[in-house]
Amino acid sequence: MKTNRREFIKISGTAVGAAAIGASTLTGSLFNWASGSILNQSVPAPTFLERTPTYCEICFWKCAGWVTKNEDGEIWKIEGHKDDPHCNGRLCPRGTGGVGMYYDEDRLKQPLIRVEENGKQVFKEASWEEAFKVIGNKMKAIKEKYGPECMALFTHGSGGKFLGHMLKAYGSPHITAPSFAQCRGPREVAFYSTFGEGVLSPERTDIRDTRCLVLIGSHIGENMHNGQVQEMSEAIDKGATIITVDPRFSTAASKSKFWLPIKPSTDMALLLAWINVIITEEWYDKPYVEKYTFGFDQLTTHIQTYTPEWAYGITSIEPKTIRETAREMANAAPAVIIHPGRHVTWYGDDTQRLRAVAILNALLGSWGRRGGFYFPDKVSVPDFPHPPYPEPKKTWRDLMPGKYNLATEIVSNGICDATIPSPEAACNFKGWIVNGTNLIHTLPDQKKTLAAIEALELLVVIDTMPMEITGYADVILPECTYLERYDAIRNSPHREPVISLRMPATEPKYNSKPDWWIAKELGKELGLDAYFQYKDIEEVLDWELKQIGSSLAEMQKIGVKKFNREYDDLYLIDGQDFEFNTNTGKIELYSTEMANNGFDPMPVYTPHEQPPAGFYRLNYGRAPAHTFSRTSNNPNLVDIMPENELWVNPKVAKQWGIKNGQYVWLKNQDEIISSFSIKVRITERIRWDSVYMAHGFGHSNKKLTRAFGKGASDTELISNVKIDPIMGGTGMRSNFVTLLTKLPEKAASETEKTVES
Amino acid sequence: MRYAMAIDTKKCVGCSDCVVACQLENKVPIGYCRDWIVETTSGTYPDLTLEFRSERCHHCANAPCVRCCPTGASHIEEGGVVLVTAEKCIGCGACIASCPYDARYPHPDGYVDKCTFCIHKVRKGEQPACVEVCPTHCLYFGDLDDPNSDVSRKIKERKYKRLKTEAGTDPQLYFLI
Ligand code: SF4
Ligand code: SF4
Ligand code: SF4
Repeated sequence: MKTNRREFIKISGTAVGAAAIGASTLTGSLFNWASGSILNQSVPAPTFLERTPTYCEICFWKCAGWVTKNEDGEIWKIEGHKDDPHCNGRLCPRGTGGVGMYYDEDRLKQPLIRVEENGKQVFKEASWEEAFKVIGNKMKAIKEKYGPECMALFTHGSGGKFLGHMLKAYGSPHITAPSFAQCRGPREVAFYSTFGEGVLSPERTDIRDTRCLVLIGSHIGENMHNGQVQEMSEAIDKGATIITVDPRFSTAASKSKFWLPIKPSTDMALLLAWINVIITEEWYDKPYVEKYTFGFDQLTTHIQTYTPEWAYGITSIEPKTIRETAREMANAAPAVIIHPGRHVTWYGDDTQRLRAVAILNALLGSWGRRGGFYFPDKVSVPDFPHPPYPEPKKTWRDLMPGKYNLATEIVSNGICDATIPSPEAACNFKGWIVNGTNLIHTLPDQKKTLAAIEALELLVVIDTMPMEITGYADVILPECTYLERYDAIRNSPHREPVISLRMPATEPKYNSKPDWWIAKELGKELGLDAYFQYKDIEEVLDWELKQIGSSLAEMQKIGVKKFNREYDDLYLIDGQDFEFNTNTGKIELYSTEMANNGFDPMPVYTPHEQPPAGFYRLNYGRAPAHTFSRTSNNPNLVDIMPENELWVNPKVAKQWGIKNGQYVWLKNQDEIISSFSIKVRITERIRWDSVYMAHGFGHSNKKLTRAFGKGASDTELISNVKIDPIMGGTGMRSNFVTLLTKLPEKAASETEKTVES
Repeated sequence: MRYAMAIDTKKCVGCSDCVVACQLENKVPIGYCRDWIVETTSGTYPDLTLEFRSERCHHCANAPCVRCCPTGASHIEEGGVVLVTAEKCIGCGACIASCPYDARYPHPDGYVDKCTFCIHKVRKGEQPACVEVCPTHCLYFGDLDDPNSDVSRKIKERKYKRLKTEAGTDPQLYFLI
């Protein structure tokens, strides 16, 4: 194997005894980080309340809750906050099991620096000062040589706010979250171009009052996006019709009046046929369409050929069913939701597919209507004052001219591509800070990710766990878990404005630190003191809360605070004039934005690749007890689900002569073989042309003692990536796998190497 | 007073939140559980049905586990709640063998443990941990002798089934179907 400049290093005992200055000076003094200085230990430990408020960090839903300790003063349990509309007093299994994140003994414990020893690269334990020095020097050098814009931050989670502030102060606007181009980006762009507003997070879907909920590949109930799961259950109670389109008999499908077992990759044809029926049969909301939409005539002409009979041959859904379900939707309108889904980067024409979803909602008049989509509201919390950020000389758009014009956020895979040196590139990224996202398992096409990492001059990873990405880092910084820290005020759009506080329930374990402190200290190292003119986070939070009529002391007591909406405008009032934030001021059935950028102004059907003989489409999704890498080593959640399984139709199993519970390896169309085997689950719940697994397993870092080697990683098998030209999304559902009952010898030795090296 | 639980299988999504919440509330060691999920699929693609059931001790009105307990550790308390007094339990496992529902497990500390309907919470006017946490609100707990309790009303309004009634245990978990 070729020796890389950046060898993958296992964080292991080979790390030499370090001058762990940070560790030794800090032990025994609670919360000394709150003083804002690593050396100042004079601040007394705060007295802890009986129960402390927090909001969950296990997924983006950010449910507010209370942390309760046991008689020994140790964290015991976390329960939902009754006043919080994200959770209504009930956390999901991951949030309930969040305590395991704190207790996980595999956590990162000490800053680590990559050093060369006897010709071998190893991690050396370091103090925080040492680690900041190394990062600071590298960042200053990058700034001088290439410009500060060549540093990028990849982030997922609450720490991003502080680290982002530090990076902007340093001079780079390049803060990116894989949750855009690897997940929900297409739906945001599609809804912006249709309604002038995005779907946002939490989704503005009025599920609790809907009379018809249509799910297309969206597996609510397996994805435990808490508020939605609760509202779907409430809708079931109230007798709402659920229509689920999924090649798999998902949990949601089993709760549905109609399950449409569609042929994978053909959803667009079904959506167009539904539009065709609703227009042809004149089942659309006429006054609404007339008053609010633009391009109805063009759309009517456009969909003429997309009949249910046409769609039948493509989707395998009978025309009768297509008409019947369209009728159900129309009967329920406007209290109907064609759900935009969340992880929607499938085939590369995803923005267009979500445009079809948006158009369908528009025709049924569900946008801005009770039981459809509401207009959310939030309070505006001013940021703690700081000097203006320096003006960046170039942005990512300059680095990829003419590409992904309609992206509303920075495209993570674009940053990754622009890091790989190429003769055309005006500038390449030279440094990455990666916080709370395991890019090895997040970005598809691992070869590319590794090539980009190889080209970096600096890779800093800030995480709680030794994820695979840490093995490639120059510096690893152990952040503490959400149960041990303050974070920014949670302020998300909802039916009524609501904020929530996260405060530490206990002091950070080991030598881990909160991101706000890491950002501040690194900022000082970079000479950016002017941007961090506060003693500690409490000062910042208290100042911000006082601007909106609350205070830190109040929020510590109540955890969640609701505000009144400024206007009574949760829904459109009948006949109300409304200016949409689009070029025409209308809901654009015909998108002028798309047309202006050279894209189809109305969605068209394009066939997608189909599996070759002996191969099956690789579908993946969520399991209720896990949030991907973030929970894969959590002792409480591993107890519930230790590994993922490969769902295989009985007919397929019979053909292969495989038994339930047998382990197989997977090989994809590009000859990539899974590093680990996966347990077969023979079930009627899946079509014969595809297989399914939960995402987030198959970890290759042995330091994750519970997750290592458990199940297979879908990401490593996703090498055929279909980029959405509109916004840069990475379509990941055009990968096909075949089963290997034995691991070929050559692959076996390579697997061994990947794991060991 | 007769405590019982109704479980709405039409709403349960099998997420296991009830399991995790119980484990934490009752300090059940990792690797063990007092409640668990059963998933059953029937039919062939695409004519399928799927049922999730959150199961636990049925707090049987006629409990073989209590009858066979040699020390009296297994006993029935007010409201029909079947409990084990850990101090009295010698860990012989007779109750484990006698339970038709496999609802008991040997605690590593040497006694037999099982669902208590979170009676320590119920006595404080709270609900069992699983009921309080369930994101689909599909668990209903209460007193069957009170016609206005959630559980009484659900049993009256809905069709339900009980498990292994042929064992003659008179189980007190009602699965709404
Ligand atoms: S949905 Fe679950 S994991 Fe996500 S924030 Fe809420 S409790 Fe946490
Ligand atoms: S928490 Fe509720 S929905 Fe989840 S498995 Fe338990 S009973 Fe079912
Ligand atoms: S379910 Fe088993 S443990 Fe519970 S009361 Fe009945 S026999 Fe006893």
